[in-house]
Amino acid sequence: MSGCARCCKHGLMKFALSVGKLVRGTLIKDNLDDDLELSVVCHRPEGLEQLEAQTNFSKKELQVLYRGFKNECPSGAVNEETFKQIYSQFFPHGDASTYAHYLFNSFDSSQNGSIKFEDFVTALSILLRGTTTEKLEWTFNLYDINRDGYINKEEMTNIVKAIYDMMGRFTYPALKTDTPKQHVDAFFQKMDKNRDGVVTLDEFILSCQEDENIMRSLQLFENVI
Amino acid sequence: MAAGVATWLPFARAAAVGWLPLAKKTMPKPPVDKKSRNDEILFVNVSGLRFQTWKNTLDRYPDTLLGSSEKEFFYNEDTQEYFFDRDPEMFRHILNFYRTGKLHYPRQECIQAFDEELAFYGIVPDIIGDCCMEEYRDRKKENQERLAEDTEAENATDTPLPPHSTSRERLWRAFENPHTSTMALVFYYVTGFFIAVSVIANVVETVPCRPPKGSKKDLPCGEKYTLAFFCMDTACVLIFTFEYLMRLFAAPSRCKFMRSVMSVIDVVAIMPYYIGLVMPENEDVSGAFVTLRVFRVFRIFKFSRHSQGLRILGYTLKSCASELGFLLFSLTMAIIIFATVMFYAEKGTKGTNFTSIPASFWYTIVTMTTLGYGDMVPNTIAGKIFGSICSLSGVLVIALPVPVIVSNFSRIYHQNQRADKMRAQQKVRLARIRLAKKGTTNAFLQYKEEGGFQGRGSDNALCLKNRSSFEHQHHHLLHCLEKTTNHEFTDELTFSEMCMTESVGYRTSRSTSISSQQGVATSCCPRRAKRRAIRLANSTVSVSRGSVQELDTLQVHKTSAGPQSSRSSLNARTEDLKLNCEDRDFTAAIISIPTPPANTPDESLPPSPAIPGILRNSRPTSFTHETVKISSL
Repeated sequence: MSGCARCCKHGLMKFALSVGKLVRGTLIKDNLDDDLELSVVCHRPEGLEQLEAQTNFSKKELQVLYRGFKNECPSGAVNEETFKQIYSQFFPHGDASTYAHYLFNSFDSSQNGSIKFEDFVTALSILLRGTTTEKLEWTFNLYDINRDGYINKEEMTNIVKAIYDMMGRFTYPALKTDTPKQHVDAFFQKMDKNRDGVVTLDEFILSCQEDENIMRSLQLFENVI
Repeated sequence: MAAGVATWLPFARAAAVGWLPLAKKTMPKPPVDKKSRNDEILFVNVSGLRFQTWKNTLDRYPDTLLGSSEKEFFYNEDTQEYFFDRDPEMFRHILNFYRTGKLHYPRQECIQAFDEELAFYGIVPDIIGDCCMEEYRDRKKENQERLAEDTEAENATDTPLPPHSTSRERLWRAFENPHTSTMALVFYYVTGFFIAVSVIANVVETVPCRPPKGSKKDLPCGEKYTLAFFCMDTACVLIFTFEYLMRLFAAPSRCKFMRSVMSVIDVVAIMPYYIGLVMPENEDVSGAFVTLRVFRVFRIFKFSRHSQGLRILGYTLKSCASELGFLLFSLTMAIIIFATVMFYAEKGTKGTNFTSIPASFWYTIVTMTTLGYGDMVPNTIAGKIFGSICSLSGVLVIALPVPVIVSNFSRIYHQNQRADKMRAQQKVRLARIRLAKKGTTNAFLQYKEEGGFQGRGSDNALCLKNRSSFEHQHHHLLHCLEKTTNHEFTDELTFSEMCMTESVGYRTSRSTSISSQQGVATSCCPRRAKRRAIRLANSTVSVSRGSVQELDTLQVHKTSAGPQSSRSSLNARTEDLKLNCEDRDFTAAIISIPTPPANTPDESLPPSPAIPGILRNSRPTSFTHETVKISSL
């Protein structure tokens, strides 16, 4: 009963306030002001020399990268929604949002929901100019969704499903429902050395180093920029 | 894919490393990027204003001029920059498009100029950002309407009739445009007069006149002078009927005419009379007959043919139909609401006027429109409160659509003003352009007469030197054509004289002809014999090579210093323009006509208004030739 009375009192207060606003002629204006304040937040990256020291890029390359980045995101940071949209544009056939979500998390080193230029450039530096160990470490972090140091079957299934989602429905041969599961099983067969159902970082790196194909492919993306 | 996403492509490709451990097959080799990845700054010089931008910026939109290899055509090796001979102010906006991805429309620029620039740079106008799209669309629509009006005005009324129009066409034209002939004008005024007479008669016949002797009651004049009014009515109706039948006969499409508003008004105006003639004089139907006489007042609408203002009002109301409809609907809603409320509020009062809800409608309407006759007044307090709310809301509801109607009226009225002004100005403009074009490109004929074909040896060779190489080449071309067809160019006067002298039986040895598109037959005329003021009708040179049809209209105008006559009124300005052989300074005129000229002997103004004109005055000549030229290249 008292809760009801409190509710009524609250409602009455609100009504009185809005009548007051009506009288003063300021009824609709408040919402706009609130919205305006949120949008102007700006990030600036650390200096060029620092970034050059931290990453494997030259000054010129950093300049080119930053110009492109700043043009796309004048505020200096990308949030997850925008990132998903951008990534989806590259894969119009299927649904890239799940994979983009995992990718975003792996890029967002500070886990605050936005990728700043430093995160962007650090990740690119690893992927394009890093050693194979660094690249494999990055991939491990991508697969390890909950960041507990182990990849279990469930995490792997999620990742693989997300990748197959990007393919879309119309593939040849047609996708069957257990294709991801089979893929995950094959993966674990190869990677899980001690058959304990999870893959650790060391197991992962070791298994990948044994595979010639993987090693060779890792070199492929070095000239992307 | 949006161009901005191109920035993220390297990033997406790099992220593909994440797929590698899962891959079942080996990855394909990446494409080799041949061009250097170093970003460089490009210099773009637009009419002297130098812009600099990254190459990457321009590459964002590869299907435009600046983003594709098309810009290499504009590359200047000496200055190491891309040079465009276009408007630098506009280029700023174009470049901003590359930089920000959004194209903005500058409000102060002409919409056509902007469109042309966009077309040049290969940018589709659809990508104009939302902020400027509305303005762009409005301006574009306005411009197109204006152009449509202009072409309509050009094609309309004052162009002379084609020579073989039937009497029916001429009659229709006379009805639609009374200014064209005197008869039409007379008829126009006569009908106007009779409309006025008819309306006044209708009004006057209800005024009470002094009663005839022996009677006390005042009689309306209509009943006192029945015969007079009847005669007047008959006369008016006869004229209207005649006019209607004539229009019906002359109309190009009778069905369409019969369905048009004016025709309906005409019919409604004259029908009551005929029905009255036919109807017997009996008591039952005379009531209906009286009602019919009301329709005679519609004759006043016939004035709208005579008055443009009335027509404008009609168009305005038509164009505001939706606002008026909304007004009516909201008024109806409000009336019903308030009438109900007032009825129930006043229900208890004794002897109240609010006997029913429909009875309250009258009160509500009178109150909402702030008339306030006072024949129905609320007595209860509640009634008075609701009555006041009713009148306040009435003011608001009625005031709302009024500005819309007013602005529509103003727009249409000004459009009409503009159309009239344009028509007047058009006449003056045409006359001036005609004047300027007169005597253009008699250069070729002058050239021939001065013995240009005979080479440099002749006396007049000196005069030829002042011509540009362009002219030389052009004349050579025309000469080649003459040789090809074995006919020669000449002017209209000579041609018409040839025709006349031919009929008289006078022939000369040289046969000259005008090669025109119609393929007019040859006629005899010595080349240099006559020089009188004439106009050359469409002597056209079709350069049939290539797809571009550039038709040179050679028009000659030569006058001698004598009492030359027919063109003098038009040439009043050019009396002082004479040519001297020594310092001849004219250039040939090529007027590019995008469409083939009409097959009329008149000088027809080329439909495209894009004729840049440079008038060059020349000094006196021994021949007293007057040449006023337009050089359009």
